[in-house]
Amino acid sequence: MTDITDGIQVADELPDHRSLRSDVWRQFRRHRGAMFGLVILAIIIIAVYVVPFFYPYDPFENNVPERNLGPTWKHLMGTDNLGRDVLARVLIGGRVSISVGIAAMLFQVLLGTLVGILAGFFRRVDGPLMRLTDLFLSIPQLPLLLVVVALFRDPIQERFGENLGIFLLVVFIIGITNWMQTARIVRGDVLAIKEEEFVLAARSIGTGGRKIVTRHILPNVLSAVTVAASLGVASAIITESALSFLSLGFPADFPTWGRLLFDAKDLITSQPARIIWPGVMISLVVMSVTFIGDGLRDALDPKLRSNG
Amino acid sequence: MARYVIRRVLFAIPTLLIISLIIFLILDQAPGDPASNLPLTIPAEIREQIRESLGFNEPIWTQWYNWTKLMLVNEPKHLFESATDICIGGCVENSDRIISWSSRSPAVDTIYQRLPQTLWVLGLALIFGTLIAIPIGVFSAYKQYSVFDNVGTFVTMIGFAMPVYFTGLLAIVVFSVKLGWFPSFYDTTHDVQFSSWSSIWIQIKQLVMPVSILTLFNASSLARFTRASVLDNLNQEYVRTARSKGLGESTVINVHVMRNSLIPVVTLLALSLPGVLGGAIITESVFRINGIGQLLLVSIGRGDLPMVQTITFFLAFLTVMFNLLADVVYGFLDPRIRYD
Repeated sequence: MTDITDGIQVADELPDHRSLRSDVWRQFRRHRGAMFGLVILAIIIIAVYVVPFFYPYDPFENNVPERNLGPTWKHLMGTDNLGRDVLARVLIGGRVSISVGIAAMLFQVLLGTLVGILAGFFRRVDGPLMRLTDLFLSIPQLPLLLVVVALFRDPIQERFGENLGIFLLVVFIIGITNWMQTARIVRGDVLAIKEEEFVLAARSIGTGGRKIVTRHILPNVLSAVTVAASLGVASAIITESALSFLSLGFPADFPTWGRLLFDAKDLITSQPARIIWPGVMISLVVMSVTFIGDGLRDALDPKLRSNG
Repeated sequence: MARYVIRRVLFAIPTLLIISLIIFLILDQAPGDPASNLPLTIPAEIREQIRESLGFNEPIWTQWYNWTKLMLVNEPKHLFESATDICIGGCVENSDRIISWSSRSPAVDTIYQRLPQTLWVLGLALIFGTLIAIPIGVFSAYKQYSVFDNVGTFVTMIGFAMPVYFTGLLAIVVFSVKLGWFPSFYDTTHDVQFSSWSSIWIQIKQLVMPVSILTLFNASSLARFTRASVLDNLNQEYVRTARSKGLGESTVINVHVMRNSLIPVVTLLALSLPGVLGGAIITESVFRINGIGQLLLVSIGRGDLPMVQTITFFLAFLTVMFNLLADVVYGFLDPRIRYD
């Protein structure tokens, strides 16, 4: 990561001023997989957040005479066993899945960055915080998730409402079991950056500890955090769907991609296609987010950057 | 080296104790208790006596201490006694063990019955996954941007992106429903007779799908990581030195690069164990294997807290042991780690 700061300094001295951001974007665009991922993700996000407003079918409306239809022009993905339009349900389910992914990612990245900076910057808390991180890394995530969701679903739903309650619970529990990787990466970066000359320079002109963290250290760990964040979205979406697939996630009338898979698995012989749609959506999102993460890592690491 | 190992082991013990405390405190919030499943005709004061006799009115710390003692002293002692038939200071009776609320039998015995199924699938998937992933990762890195690398990257990306519950269902649709090659669920009642080929063949047939699904999942992330690690090492100066002193390509790769780049892979293998266990739980649910994961799901559904507590502790124990093993192996492979 020290090289990123070098990158900034060099870029500032160049006659034709090129910011780090434009450099990163230039490099990112070269990564074919990453651009592909960005396009796919953009399409899915628009489809999931915007299209349901125009789409003629209600994902919750039963229409029993038209149940169990295969794909037709009227229902592009067919209908389910209650005659609900599968495409509408996949879209609305994606909204939940992606929202959970993004919210859990934000939570885990904030927590991980906080722990990482504290551990890296203040030597006194380094040992305890890193032991805590190791401890969390030893906890088997999915069993704990299952237990916590099963036990706390009802009280939290009573307090926050049925859907918001489970949303908060799932986001919280995914975030709290996933921040460790970010914390480790950030700590390592902070330890290296702390010894850089520009931090010494800042200190020597009397900059306080908080200013050094916010103005000098934080911007330099952001690149590592971005990569961790993109991978965090992917793992959060997979975990949420796994919970729903084990029927311990969102309630039955509140579709997510995992829940749709769970509902479809009992109709595996009569309607195998209904497994494909939500599964392909999960895979596409995870794949595009991972490609974007790969591209970001390559673009943000000047060592890998080709000239030009 | 010995000091390093001892320090790691000493750290693993409090880790396990704290994890068991965390699990205990979480489960303490659970609404159910064994008295709630009893018939309604039982009068309230007897209900209270039952709660009393099960130690439910004790403070939480006492309950945790009692549970930890059962788990860490009585259960290993019983295991030792049943293996050797030697009792030290009186045998451990079943009443001195962790009793499941739903089956009324020792929880560890049930886990012991379910363990082989889980270990078959999990162990085979880990072994195959490692055997497949490392050569692919190394070769992809060595021939970076070649056709093999591009295909390999794409396939591992797909394996990485498709969750186990999706690939598993797809495999059932294609290979069980359409082609009818493999059974769609795992038959645990099948008793494998190693003397009969047909019996082994049935076992192989029912293992193929769950093991390959879990292998694909394990191998993908491992291959991606191996590739990145080998790529890091290929650009190092020691590789150039090795080549410039005239060593053959195979020596450079197999001896110099491999040794260095597989060190972080060892850590990843251990750190990915919680994920692999999660994958195993889902695989068991997809293929209806009645292993540990399925037992956990059922016990959660029944509110059988001692069973849930024991299984989660067991999984945490596995994870901590793997981490410990990885730390020790890492320290053995990379001497720099030991000094601090």
